[in-house]
This record gives sequence, C-alpha cells and structure tokens, in this order.
Amino acid sequence: MTTQENFGSVGTARVKRGLADMLRGGVIMDVVNPEQARIAEDAGAVAVMALERVPSDIRRDGGVARMSDPQMIKEIQATVTIPVMAKARIGHFAEAQILQALDVDYIDESEVLTPADEVNHIDKWGFTVPFVCGATNLGEALRRIGEGACMIRSKGEAGTGNIVEAVRHLRTINKAIRMLQMADESELFSMAKDLQAPLPLVLEVAATGKLPVPLFCAGGISTPADAALVLQLGAEAVFVGSGIFKSDDPERMAKAIVEATTHYQDASVVARVSTGLGAAMKGFETATLEQRLSERGW
Amino acid sequence: MPRLGILALQGDVREHQATVKSLGLDALAVRTPQQLDEVDALILPGGESTAIAHLLVTSGLREPLAARLKDGMAAFGTCAGLIALSAEVLDGRSDQWSFAALDVAVRRNGYGRQVASFETPIDVEGLGFVPGVFIRAPRIERWGADVEFLASHNHGDGEHPVLIRQGAVWGCSFHPELTSDNQIHGLFLGHAGF
Repeated sequence: MTTQENFGSVGTARVKRGLADMLRGGVIMDVVNPEQARIAEDAGAVAVMALERVPSDIRRDGGVARMSDPQMIKEIQATVTIPVMAKARIGHFAEAQILQALDVDYIDESEVLTPADEVNHIDKWGFTVPFVCGATNLGEALRRIGEGACMIRSKGEAGTGNIVEAVRHLRTINKAIRMLQMADESELFSMAKDLQAPLPLVLEVAATGKLPVPLFCAGGISTPADAALVLQLGAEAVFVGSGIFKSDDPERMAKAIVEATTHYQDASVVARVSTGLGAAMKGFETATLEQRLSERGW
Repeated sequence: MPRLGILALQGDVREHQATVKSLGLDALAVRTPQQLDEVDALILPGGESTAIAHLLVTSGLREPLAARLKDGMAAFGTCAGLIALSAEVLDGRSDQWSFAALDVAVRRNGYGRQVASFETPIDVEGLGFVPGVFIRAPRIERWGADVEFLASHNHGDGEHPVLIRQGAVWGCSFHPELTSDNQIHGLFLGHAGF
C-alpha cells in the first residue's frame, strides 16, 4: 500500500478485493485478440482474460507457455471498457511486474502457463495490482490468500471442456469450510496443520463460513448448464476459457453463459438460453489426459 | 411499510444487502419485471456497467425500470449504479445507454484503471467523514442545476462531486457498501421514507 500525495491510498486489500466483489455474478472470458474481446464485451462479460492461446490450444501445442506479448494486451485494453486481466507464470514475479506496468486490472498467477518456480509462488502483497490464483482444495486456497491473492478460482482442468474437475475442486473447498465451521475451537490448530494453511486464515474461515476473498470457478465450463451447476455449488462467478471461442457459435454461447450465470436459480431461463446453441467445444475425458494442469501449484 | 429492492443482475449485491440489514431492513433481490413491481425503492449496486446494461435488456427490466424512475421511484446507485442512472456516459462504449435519472455526465474509469483505485476519507454533508472506497470509479464531470452535492473530492485536479442527489434519485462514485459504515444508506433510506 502506498500513498499518492494526499489524494488517497492505492493498492489496499480493500480496493484489490473490492474489484473481485464487483465481478461477482459475472463471466470472465478468455480472448486472444481484440475481435474476440469485442464479442465478449458485447455478450455482457464482466472482464476479459487476454492471452495468446486458449488453454485447449496450449494443451494441443505443448512447449513452454508464457506471459502474452504486451502488444496484444495493449490492443485489447484499447478495444474494451471492461477490466482486462492477464496471466503470469507461477512464481514469475518479473512477468507480474511487467503486467502491472502495463496497467492490467488483475493478474492471474496461472497453472495454465508453464511454472517458473516449483517451490515459491509470487509474493503478491508487494504489488498494487490484485492477483487471482487457482486452488484445488482449501489449504491451497488459504496459502494463496496468505501470499496476497485477492480472488481464488477453483482450478478445474483448463482446456478440457469437462466440468468434472471443477465440481471436484469446488466441492472439496466447500466441504473443508463446513468441517472447519463444525470443529471445536481446540481442534482448529491441528486442522490448520493438516491443511498446511496459515492459522489466522483458518480461524477466520471457521468463524465466517467462507473464504476471506471471493471464490470463482474456472476450468471446464463450456455450457450454460455448467455455469448454473457451479454457481449452485457455491461459485460466485465463472471464468470461461476455451468454452466460448471453441464452440460452434461463440457469440450465442457467450450470451447464453452470461444469462445462465445471472439467472442460475431459474431453470426456465437456463433452458431457454441452452436451446439450439449448436455444439459446445468437443472436450477431453480427463482420466486419459497426459498433462494435468491442476497439479501445478504448491 | 414500503419495500426495498436491490437490482441483483451482477455485482456487489451481497454487500448492499448486508448494509441495509445492519439498518434493520430486508431487501428483495430484483432480477425480473415482476420483482420490480413489488418494490417501492431500488438500490443499483456496483459491478460492471456494460454487463449490467446488457442484463437489464435481456431480463426485460430496461423499459419498466425506466418508467418507474420517470414516475419518481427512489433509487440509489453506487459506481456502476451511478453510471446506469446518469444522463451521459463519457469514455463508455459507443452504444452505451443509461436511464438519465440524474442530470450528470460521468466518465467511466475517470480516476484511472485498477492500479489507481484508492481509499480516502470523504466528508459528507450532515454526516462528517466516512470511508470512501473508489474502484475503477466513475468521475462526475458535468452536472445540471437541479443536482445537489452531498460530498465532493479533490483528486489533484479540482473538486468533483462524489455523492449527489436529484429529487428521489441518489448517486455515489464510491462504495459505502464495502465498508461497515452504513450512514449513507441510512440517509438515503430516511429520505426514501423507510
């Protein structure tokens, strides 16, 4: 946190977490060029994630996946009025410094890119720009929050179009939160040890029954029904990666997922927007995957 | 007893609900025209103004809400909610529309992108200082004679209003709902007859 003259404090936890609050109930879409960014904004996306290849293409191409070219990020910033996010490799704080210098609105320290550090994540407290990080369980989520993450997204399995891992991770996180709520106070110390999570955050979750930052869902959402499913399982917003621009009709799919996310409690709306959408992305059976991106992160 | 609603299409609806609850009130989440019919006053939350504008159209709320505002319904918009209520949006999308319930022009992200988002105490008429949380906040740059200022802020280039009202409609550039201070909500609700 720094003070700019006398005009106010920037980079506070409240303004960083607050932007995540503003995105709740919305859809954040992966885009690889300004045209896709325009389609996403037209469809009602609350933010776009600017990246060079969507996860399914990263999966197909192999090789090292890195931060996107700043030129592409700038073009997308110039095209849309909604927040623009971008991904840095796990532990690659120099990529994060570049993204902050580019004025991106959120950095995703993402397992979709090839990790740069197999021990340490980025120390996110030192940045003015807020970070979102992935998690597969509560301990991982709280470790990321301890490092300064201001939004958690359940990881799912990016680029598969298969919702099964997202469901597993959301249920795992929420079940662990319920167990903390039910525990006797004297048991929370040992539970913090088992979770490998900072004790103050464990105590906070036990008291409030929710994460200290918003919990969004990513990794495998490819239909309006998928969005309605994860929101009913407790996700507060959704990231859609390959699911939109790898579908038959991206404009319609994008609009349909946005409407399903707002009206997830009303199955008649989800049914209407799901009707005649054309094919969703083809997708993968996760049991046969060679590379599980969700296992990256420590 | 009048009934309060919160537009619940997208954004920080939960924080507004918690704030009005701390004042002893319940608010109906409004997502459909039928739900709008049930309320006498409406809070428009923070969120992404383009997404909320899109969802107002797809949910069929745009025309009925415009009609209610024209009829004088009390409304309070914070951040994206202020943008939706304003007469003119600068630096928005070319096709961005708004309800024109407040005779002001607002500039989207007028205080900068997220890295420029800031907190500062704001002196509100009749309340004293309250915490001001500005997130990619809209800046009120032009206003008509009927617009009353309740608070303003100087961000290094002159005073700009940050909390305003015009008749029964209130707008705020920042997010009182993100703090535990419920006085601005209390002031609005008092004027709205709650």
